[in-house]
Amino acid sequence: MSLDQLYQQIILDHSKQRHGSGLAETDAPDGTSTGQSHQLNPVCGDEVTLRLAVSDGTVQQISWDGAGCSISMASASVLSELGEGMSVEELHSVIDNFREVLRSRGKVQADPEILGDAAAFEGVARYAARVKCAMISWVAAEDALNQATT
Amino acid sequence: MTAVSTPASLQRSMHAMDNAEVLRIRNDFPVLDQLVNGKPLIYLDSGATSQNPLSVIEAEQEYYEQRNAAVHRGAHHLAVEATEVFEDARQTVADFVGAQYEETVWTSNATEGLNLISYALSNAALWAAQGRGGSALKDLAIGPGDEIVVTEMEHHANLIPWQELAFRTGATLNYIPVTDDGILRLDAAAEIVGERTKLLAFTHASNVLGTINPVPELVAMARRVGALVVLDACQSVPHMAVDVKELDVDFAVFSGHKMLAPTGVGVLYGKQELLNALPPFLTGGSMITTVTMERAEYLPAPQRFEAGTQRISQAVALATAVNYLTETGIDRIHAWETELGQRLVKGLESIDGIRVVGPASGSERIGLAAFDVAGVHAHDVGQFLDDRGIAVRVGHHCAQPLHRRLGLTATTRASTYLYNTTDDVDSFLDAVSGVRAYFQA
Repeated sequence: MSLDQLYQQIILDHSKQRHGSGLAETDAPDGTSTGQSHQLNPVCGDEVTLRLAVSDGTVQQISWDGAGCSISMASASVLSELGEGMSVEELHSVIDNFREVLRSRGKVQADPEILGDAAAFEGVARYAARVKCAMISWVAAEDALNQATT
Repeated sequence: MTAVSTPASLQRSMHAMDNAEVLRIRNDFPVLDQLVNGKPLIYLDSGATSQNPLSVIEAEQEYYEQRNAAVHRGAHHLAVEATEVFEDARQTVADFVGAQYEETVWTSNATEGLNLISYALSNAALWAAQGRGGSALKDLAIGPGDEIVVTEMEHHANLIPWQELAFRTGATLNYIPVTDDGILRLDAAAEIVGERTKLLAFTHASNVLGTINPVPELVAMARRVGALVVLDACQSVPHMAVDVKELDVDFAVFSGHKMLAPTGVGVLYGKQELLNALPPFLTGGSMITTVTMERAEYLPAPQRFEAGTQRISQAVALATAVNYLTETGIDRIHAWETELGQRLVKGLESIDGIRVVGPASGSERIGLAAFDVAGVHAHDVGQFLDDRGIAVRVGHHCAQPLHRRLGLTATTRASTYLYNTTDDVDSFLDAVSGVRAYFQA
């Protein structure tokens, strides 16, 4: 396992060009119900606040603020790009799949058909100390999704 | 006249440490002899925890193989032997920091030592309120209107126990700020430490900034107003000669695992009259004189603060670690680490986009350096270095308020010890110089 497999170019790109970043600059679309979740990893200080807007069973918008390592920031960016436009059920199942891959210690391969750009985080699964970095925004999204749909 | 040859130990004490000696020292540390990610391990995280020489590991094993028994109890042979090595260990550690035997209390670590003082002090307030413990305790009782003073550069272990003591007693917690260069603002300290100050707690050396604080000046401020002084000596005792009597602090704490000993053992030093006046923190077996169904009378220090079966093997191992440091020479170790620390800071300062926190090179510092890399998070820096076999600490190093003050959430820290060579530092600097390019920052 080389460092380049962990830090794939797509991750480095997303860590700099952050899709969905900036809560204050984006208003949730009219007529959507929203959920917002703040997640913090006290070990390293990674922090993400993510808001998700849903209408008619579809995720209309995912926006977030965060501070942390390249893995955590890129992961939030990829998630917000990937999740927008998905149905609520679809996003739930993608989150479940992402979690399964990340927690597998490298045993479960990522399927780009399901995970899209998020498949690039497959390498993180082999670095136990970094799994939480990749997961933090996904945990926030799951929580926000539950709030928005109940 | 006959020629007298100089003993080897004295010869060694006369010359400074060098890489050749460090490489010999390194042979005593089995864990350092391994590959990490295919590269020789370069361990630069001794500020978090240090490694153990074989003699320390063997001391613990020997204790279990030959002497294991409950101390201070039982008349059998093993119990007597175990008690003897346990108490000898206390004397060895006491001598190392200039303390008296009775003033040297075993704890689990420095954090427990600080909590012990904090709880003993709030117990003092409870006892005094009920007329228990005599007049000496009235002076020690902290209450509403009193002030506790810490500094902005404290490790959480020397901050939170005082926040909680303030909460329990109704006292107010104040702090001495630091300058942008990570130096305590003594001008402000002189204002903050006032008539109402009952306790001043500060670190001897900062685990993030590397700053060595001016103990005499701070003690003098506390003495003027009759405040107690608590010294966090975690980053000083393992690395430099510390004499608690000369420093004239009331309490001092340090951890064994940061000075070549195993985890699970630390030391609290306290002036004898203070320790014996204070109520205990933990109560139970081994710390009492007479017990009835209603109440108990307590032994004087150190047993007063050592309830329950103690960490005997770790204490014995800590004494062995102290002997290792003494035989190498703590002043020589300090000089070597100062050199490594300056090399670290100077090297980092010359790399584009690196900001070292704390005093600049050339200023007095301990042998560590924490820094920010522009455009790259500390966690990523640590991962990049680990890939090259280099172990450093990343994060807030249990000093969130200090990082906030510096405008950062996390830094990367390299910290040295007697088993690090200048080559370790140079390899580290070489690796750091490639970080920003790798992350395209």
